[in-house]
Amino acid sequence: MILTLHDYWSERGCVILQPYDMEMGAGTFHPATTLRALGPDSWNAAFVQPCRRPTDGRYGENPNRLQHYYQYQVILKPSPADLQDLYLGSLAAIGVDMAKHDIRFVEDDWESPTLGAWGLGWEVWCDGMEVTQFTYFQQMGGYDMKPVAGELTYGLERLAMYIQDVDNVYDLRFNDAGVSYGDVFLENEKQMSTWNFEVADTETLFDAFRKAAAECERCLEAKLPIPAYEQAIKASHTFNLLQARGVISVAERQAYMGRVRDLAKGACGAWMDKNGWAA
Amino acid sequence: MTDFLLELRSEEIPARMQAGARENLAKLFAAELAKAGLSAGEVVTYAGPRRLALIAKGLPSATEAVSEEVKGPRASAPPQALEGFLRKTGLTREQLTERDGVLFAITEKPGRATAEVLAEAIPAIVRAFPWPKSMRWGAESASTESMRWVRPLHAIVALFGAEVVPFEIAGITSGNVTRGHRFHAPAEIVLTGADTYVEQLRGAKVLVDQDERAAIIRDRASALAAEAGLELVEDEGLVAENAGLTEWPVPLLGRFDEAYLDVPPEVIQLTARVNQKYFVCRSSDGKLANAFVCTANIEASDGGAKIVEGNGKVLAARLSDARFFYETDLKTKLDDLRPKLEKIVFHEKLGTVADKVERVAKLARWLVEEGIVTESPSRRREGLGKGRAPSDVASGTVPPPSPPASGGGELADLAERAAYLAKADLVTGMVGEFPELQGLMGGYYAAAQGEDPRVAEAVRDHYKPVGQGDDVPTAPVTVAVALADKLDSVAQFFMVGLKPSGSKDPFALRRAALGIASTIQQNGLRLPFYPTTIRAMGNADHGSTEMMDFIIDRLKVQQREAGVRHDLIDAVFALGGEDDLVRLLARVHALQAFVTTDDGTNLLAGYKRAANILKKEGVEGDQAWTAPTYTPEPAEADLIAALDAAEPKAAEAVKAEDFESAMAALASLRAPIDRFFDDVTVNDADPAKRAVRLALLARVRAAVHTVADFSRIEG
Repeated sequence: MILTLHDYWSERGCVILQPYDMEMGAGTFHPATTLRALGPDSWNAAFVQPCRRPTDGRYGENPNRLQHYYQYQVILKPSPADLQDLYLGSLAAIGVDMAKHDIRFVEDDWESPTLGAWGLGWEVWCDGMEVTQFTYFQQMGGYDMKPVAGELTYGLERLAMYIQDVDNVYDLRFNDAGVSYGDVFLENEKQMSTWNFEVADTETLFDAFRKAAAECERCLEAKLPIPAYEQAIKASHTFNLLQARGVISVAERQAYMGRVRDLAKGACGAWMDKNGWAA
Repeated sequence: MTDFLLELRSEEIPARMQAGARENLAKLFAAELAKAGLSAGEVVTYAGPRRLALIAKGLPSATEAVSEEVKGPRASAPPQALEGFLRKTGLTREQLTERDGVLFAITEKPGRATAEVLAEAIPAIVRAFPWPKSMRWGAESASTESMRWVRPLHAIVALFGAEVVPFEIAGITSGNVTRGHRFHAPAEIVLTGADTYVEQLRGAKVLVDQDERAAIIRDRASALAAEAGLELVEDEGLVAENAGLTEWPVPLLGRFDEAYLDVPPEVIQLTARVNQKYFVCRSSDGKLANAFVCTANIEASDGGAKIVEGNGKVLAARLSDARFFYETDLKTKLDDLRPKLEKIVFHEKLGTVADKVERVAKLARWLVEEGIVTESPSRRREGLGKGRAPSDVASGTVPPPSPPASGGGELADLAERAAYLAKADLVTGMVGEFPELQGLMGGYYAAAQGEDPRVAEAVRDHYKPVGQGDDVPTAPVTVAVALADKLDSVAQFFMVGLKPSGSKDPFALRRAALGIASTIQQNGLRLPFYPTTIRAMGNADHGSTEMMDFIIDRLKVQQREAGVRHDLIDAVFALGGEDDLVRLLARVHALQAFVTTDDGTNLLAGYKRAANILKKEGVEGDQAWTAPTYTPEPAEADLIAALDAAEPKAAEAVKAEDFESAMAALASLRAPIDRFFDDVTVNDADPAKRAVRLALLARVRAAVHTVADFSRIEG
């Protein structure tokens, strides 16, 4: 399925990238999305990104909720006029029969408070199941998109469950030799859920958050937006872990999110400056 | 006469915005036509996921020619005047017309072709279109000035008769080509005109008329349920939403595992409705059935089997999650969730939710112990209800805590218990997942842990009424908790200066205030405002007057919307010094009945005459009354006698809160007042007589004011 999508989007002018080697909550955090979405240059890319959402962990007991899963990301700037048709073409390519299945674009506006980003679009439903987030970015890092980029985020496990017709993510066939998704990931989900929710040392995490924030600022002073952005990603993931540990109160939550947003905005701003783009 | 067709075809428009878009399109179109002096015989608008359309019938082919005439100087005027006029109009002397010795500049404005007007109007409408949220897209969006639309706009059809109205907006050229259903008929279709639009698109599997789509969904969903021996749980909101999500709606019935029916029916219905936009069904015994109706947007080649299967799976996953939360939640007693409430900040200035719970529990108990909320509704009317006058508060004397009333007992305990449990469900898994189930889940969990049914009911309903039209609680325990919760919110936010201003009301205090007012009103509660607000502010006065005004303002708005004349509301509220809402409203309603009678109208006329004279003479407020030392004229003596009789009656009736009788007593003044004005001169040359007569009129004014400030009444 991933190979089919790679072929499909590669044929349509996308550079095929590899996952970014850092922990992040969504493919949107990949610098190929966040930073490259900024500025006037055309940019078309597709890649798989593993995502970690500590609070979504269910100790391997929920049929479709995971703290670690995969997204397939496509970013197209400027957004092509036929983006919806291109997207539907990709669904057909991976085997969705549109004469039998009900594909719907249901309003879902996207916002990432930690990236200072928002966009309008839909969640795409296939027979009532959300399979893709489809967004026209309007702002990133607090900057207006000039021009607007279109982003497609496919939930790979969901699509696979759908195509393989299985009800439980752990029953997905990983290959034709009898290896299932559960064989590969179930133990990982159990252990990581335990660590995320119960074991992770909160002092270490708080310390890591402070250090990432400080390092981000040092990088900004040194006018190095990419390393600064990496530190912002690190701070964001550390914040997510702290949330899973339940040590951030509702009141503090806003403050932490604001802090991450400032770091991400700072990195985006520095990236704009470095490239000589006006806000 | 010619018809005009406009179709704006875009990517999927959010369902919730479609009705508003139709309205705005019609409004903007009418405004643009009016600017050009045009109007259409009939305008119809359509909205669906991928197109917004308008058909205007019976437009003239051109606007009418207009002749404008500007009057100039007389023909005999000095040359400077003429020159000035020529400069102003840009004409020459020869072009002016002379009539009766006066010069006129006449300009003929020829009519414009309607198509030309439309070619300017439509781009103006599109550019100014007020979407709740709009976006930029594509290469054009390199400039932030690029056109905005709700989602990318792809094509515009504009046909006047059979002719294309030519214009261009941001790279989109108007034409006569559209496309049909995304999957069934994606090819281009050449439209021939307004009269065939709906049918041409029907042929391309698009029902442009939202009402037709709604009717199909409504009827077919009911029929499917009936075929399965069930009854559809009707939901017009869902009908409209599904009509906004489909161009070719095909309702389909599916089933889910019966085992999920253990989950509370509200949860199933909510999951189905909010997350999946499905209808649910009842079986013949009235209970929720294990069936749902989803609305597809295609006629599937397999009759919808795959679609039903897929949708059923998604719903099962959702219900499985819901059941997991429900079963997990049932394992913990609500009492044991308290430590978690201590961690949720209610507001940074107002402590945690646990703090709020503490306050509300005490206040709920107090409301019962004070006899404000009692066991039986009939007893409430005799409750204490003696309002403290605002002056007591203004002078800074805070009323001492009332001695514990003998009343209360079990009811007080139940109210306190219910308030104590009321917010615990906020930290349950189910409410975390579905915040709209707050209260309801608490009610289930309270019942499950064996609480008194009255407590469980109060936990469930204490948020009510949520906005206008919602049920107002009437069960005593619920009333106490619902009232205490809302009084606490308003009082506490007022205390720290976080009052709503303008359109900003982040803590929904207006809704809370209206809830307080409706609960008091519908239950006939005698709630003395000042002691109560002071109690809710922690036995200190931090703006209780403001808080009362705020609640009364909400009440006024509500009464106005219920058809009570606002001037009558003002007339009663202007008296001031009243802090009992039930009494206030009884007075307003009696007044509304009275002023429409003959007696009422005439008394009002007499009152106004008296008040005007007093105003002119600068006589304000009550006047010391001494009986005349001279022999009063008959009409004067009559009025004195009538007042002597009416005043105590009116005062007595007001005291007994019998406002109808109070007004009847005042009505007896009507004839004597009329006669007095007919026969007696107020401004007598004798200052003693004049003084007595003015004082007499002041008595009339004061007597009327025991009921309402009639000067505020219109008419």
